[in-house]
Amino acid sequence: MPWGDGMTIKHHLTENLLMGYAAGTLPEAFNLVVASHVSMCDTCRAALESYEALGGAVLESRGVDLADDGLAACLARLDDAPVADRPAPVRPVPGALPAPLRDYIGGDIDAIRWRPVGGGVKQAILPTSDAASARLLFIPAGAAVPDHGHRGMELTMVLQGAFADETDHFGRGDVEIADEELEHTPVADIGADCICLAATDAPLRFRSLIPRLLQPFLKI
Amino acid sequence: MAPAPQTDTAPFVADMILIRDHRDRQAFARLFAHFAPRVKGFLMKSGTEAGVAEDCAQDVMVTVWNKAHLFDPSRASVATWVFTIARNRRIDLARRDRRPEPEDLGWGPEPEAAQDDTVVLQQETEQLAEALASLPDRQRELIEKCYFGDLSHREIADVTGLPLGTIKSRIRLALDKLRHAMG
Repeated sequence: MPWGDGMTIKHHLTENLLMGYAAGTLPEAFNLVVASHVSMCDTCRAALESYEALGGAVLESRGVDLADDGLAACLARLDDAPVADRPAPVRPVPGALPAPLRDYIGGDIDAIRWRPVGGGVKQAILPTSDAASARLLFIPAGAAVPDHGHRGMELTMVLQGAFADETDHFGRGDVEIADEELEHTPVADIGADCICLAATDAPLRFRSLIPRLLQPFLKI
Repeated sequence: MAPAPQTDTAPFVADMILIRDHRDRQAFARLFAHFAPRVKGFLMKSGTEAGVAEDCAQDVMVTVWNKAHLFDPSRASVATWVFTIARNRRIDLARRDRRPEPEDLGWGPEPEAAQDDTVVLQQETEQLAEALASLPDRQRELIEKCYFGDLSHREIADVTGLPLGTIKSRIRLALDKLRHAMG
């Protein structure tokens, strides 16, 4: 497995995010964070499978009557070709980034199309539905993301390097979950440039004027 | 190859194997009789109009047939697997969002998945269903609402504290075995 056992991950997804992903009710941008983290984290993968099993139990509980010709109509659509002819699932080649994220970028880290946002910080917006936005953040070693708060929920997952803020230290695979309560200034560790995946369901709220003025242009 | 006997702890697993290996339409008809009404009900409770839900339930069952080779009984019960297909169909229907999926595990579905893993998984799934059924009505309805898409991810927080237990899953089993072997 490209990601090892995930034992070094300290900051996991919450149960409600895992349940929301299993139920299919999260915005696409949050789904991307969940799928990326679960790709690296066996603990959360196991919890996710439990929530999918719970979905199975909900499905089982009761049904409604079908049209009389339902089965016949369905049988007519079946193809008798043996499944052996169908392509087996392709195991993704190991990469620096988890496979679901590479699908959105169209490649690995070297394919990311960064746009500078000031102070050496760069970002790349990923295409998702409007309910929430997803972007990759590049924070040079030792640099800070401008002090900001959150109107909604923001998930930040570390893909490379590490960062620290007022609350804790976050390494590769860790997810920080920020809400209205948290006002923070993430600072990348000195050792390496930090790359994160961030998703939020509301615009960030910057404290100083300049980032606030730039916000419409940066789409954050 | 003789079909494995249908057991109470692994309902419909034998039928899935018959569909996968022998394209068995009778096995499919049994799955259809059980699951198609449930998928239709699930979609209707998720706000889908009856006629559309009927068509989509058929789509879901055709997908069950087409993707039978991806079903792995040591990782999911048939009900769980059908649920994930129905859920993805509902997402397509409602939003046409892409649905990012986690990276597949290295081991993938194996033709001879460890029998023990399958039995344990199926038993735990059964226990989970019993735990859900034995919850007070109000709590059970809250959980159902989550899966029907009636609660936002914020509202779900009220539900996840409920005492339901979890599936150990093949991953945890594998880790447990490893620890035993090393301990």
